[in-house]
Amino acid sequence: MKILVCISHVPDTTSKINFTDNDTKFDTNGVQFIINPNDEFGLTRAMWFKEKQGASVDVATVGLKDTEPTIRKALAIGADNAIRIDAAPVDGYQVAKELAKVAKEGEYDLIIAGRESIDYNGGMVPGMMAKILGYGFINTCVSLEVEGSTATAVREIDGGKETLKTDLPLVIGGQKGLVEESDLKIPNMRGIMMARKKPLNVVEPAESQHSTEAKKFTKPAPKGEVKLIDAENIDELIDLLHNEAKAI
Amino acid sequence: MSILVYTETENGKFKKASFEVASYAKAIADQTGDQVTAISVNAENPNELGKYGVAKVLNVKNDQLNKFNAEAYAHVITEAAKQESAKILVVSQSANAKFLAPLLAVELEAGYASNVVEVPSMEDGFTVKRTAFTNKAFNETNINTDIKIVGLSNNAYGVHENETSVDVNDFEVTLTDDHFKVEVQSVDKNTDKVSIADAEVVVSGGRGLKGPENWHLVEDLAGVLNAATACSKPVSDMGWRSHGEHVGQTGKPVATNLYIAIGISGAIQHLAGISASKIKVVINNDPEAPFFKAADYGIVGDAFEVVPKLTEKLREFKANNA
Ligand SMILES: Cc1cc2nc3c(=O)[nH]c(=O)nc-3n(C[C@H](O)[C@H](O)[C@H](O)COP(=O)(O)OP(=O)(O)OC[C@H]3O[C@@H](n4cnc5c(N)ncnc54)[C@H](O)[C@@H]3O)c2cc1C
Ligand SMILES: Nc1ncnc2c1ncn2[C@@H]1O[C@H](COP(=O)(O)O)[C@@H](O)[C@H]1O
Repeated sequence: MKILVCISHVPDTTSKINFTDNDTKFDTNGVQFIINPNDEFGLTRAMWFKEKQGASVDVATVGLKDTEPTIRKALAIGADNAIRIDAAPVDGYQVAKELAKVAKEGEYDLIIAGRESIDYNGGMVPGMMAKILGYGFINTCVSLEVEGSTATAVREIDGGKETLKTDLPLVIGGQKGLVEESDLKIPNMRGIMMARKKPLNVVEPAESQHSTEAKKFTKPAPKGEVKLIDAENIDELIDLLHNEAKAI
Repeated sequence: MSILVYTETENGKFKKASFEVASYAKAIADQTGDQVTAISVNAENPNELGKYGVAKVLNVKNDQLNKFNAEAYAHVITEAAKQESAKILVVSQSANAKFLAPLLAVELEAGYASNVVEVPSMEDGFTVKRTAFTNKAFNETNINTDIKIVGLSNNAYGVHENETSVDVNDFEVTLTDDHFKVEVQSVDKNTDKVSIADAEVVVSGGRGLKGPENWHLVEDLAGVLNAATACSKPVSDMGWRSHGEHVGQTGKPVATNLYIAIGISGAIQHLAGISASKIKVVINNDPEAPFFKAADYGIVGDAFEVVPKLTEKLREFKANNA
């Protein structure tokens, strides 16, 4: 089985979010970048398929040179090859088109992406990619098994779960649950050394068009002071929730 | 031209989010001078949509669609959009709608904006305001394509009545095996519990509750408020509660009217995922807990004493205000 894991390079979850250039660009100053958490779960699941079922695992990212440390990290975790499509991501459609091209050329059986990137929270790329390729698609995937060319997956729905079955090739939008948090791999020294020798192929983009464009960013208005209510005076909380907040 | 809205049903009944997307589509239609058409699958009472501004319903009746299937549903909605020459398509941000929308975007060659929180501005192109960086910011996005898909965040616009006379049409679509290549084998849904996505109120517990055996505190309070239950990430990591209850930046987003956090410290990753909720209440015994900076109301106190009292008082309140 040939697996492609799509890695999106995102600010660390603790990052302070600021903007520059008249609030049109994300300010990367002092920001630490990481593998998108949803992709990290998918990558670890891919490593399981590699170890138990002899799958090969490549990773791909659409991004400029500054994303290389993030894909190197994926190599250090154990991916075999990395592909960087040398384009600045503009929107989900453009990224999906670029990745679909790589996925098709590489004849991957399973393409693992994340439910969403934690930066722009698009939740678009895997579904669009699947549709462009004409492959099956399973979103919010929390469990995945492959037997021969048949995949069985569990996906999270609102208020429950659903079990699905389909043939490869398949694209998933994965998330926590694909593997346990405690199984996430931290690159060790050996992995980091080996990653330096692994191929990181830079490919020219297909110059895909985008269909949406981020224009301007704003931040939510600062929050007012919290109203503290005495633990002995719960009636007051109920009164405030009812009359002031109109929440009950 | 018309504005098409996908109104989801569950067991034949419209979900609340369907009335919200219909209300929102009506607000857009009022700006553009168009009318709202809804596409629905196996709705028992499609006329109900007239109350929220829908003028025409395409109601698909097809037993093959009793279970949600993203590919098949996307095909149905695509056909409806084509028939109606829809230029704007509105969907909710339920798990199913988020599954569908990217497929629709490709089929219709439409630009798609997710997590939209306001009515689009059409003064200079077509611009929507969406949340980004998991609620730490907003982003104004232009959709440049001829057909536009707007994913409206749950509870961002609200349900608004707008009585309209509605014309219900049967709508037939031919489906092939190809639309069912991903086959749903079983659905495991807790039907007697409110889901986080559908809830008006969410009661959430953190590590401060010490162990799963104490979750009756959360469940009893949720029961009184007809709320969904949720938890912080470590709570689901430790297996005290299921993964499906984990909320925050890497869990489920919460955008309810009321979010009650019990024994949750308020780490940045937790707050990011719940900050779209309108009113936040925190109960924590540490006055320095960061959650107090993000909440509207707070009680500094021991959850094991405060929560049972709050539950009791709310039960009385509900009985008196029924
Ligand atoms: C990459 C990444 C992603 C993450 N994503 C998420 C996410 O999506 N969601 C999420 O929740 N977290 C997430 N986290 C974890 C987050 O950083 C915090 O560790 C977590 O939210 C803390 O959970 P908690 O508040 O339940 O526990 P704690 O931080 O241990 O807080 C427990 C709180 O309970 C209070 N308490 C103790 N006893 C009582 C009592 N008797 N009565 C009342 N209060 C009491 C304490 O004062 C304390 O404030 C993420 C972390 C990382 C690194
Ligand atoms: N620039 C990118 N390069 C590679 N994969 C990406 C990129 N952007 C998004 N993805 C993948 O698509 C998933 C969903 O992203 P999004 O649609 O941007 O929320 C991510 O979890 C990644 O797996």
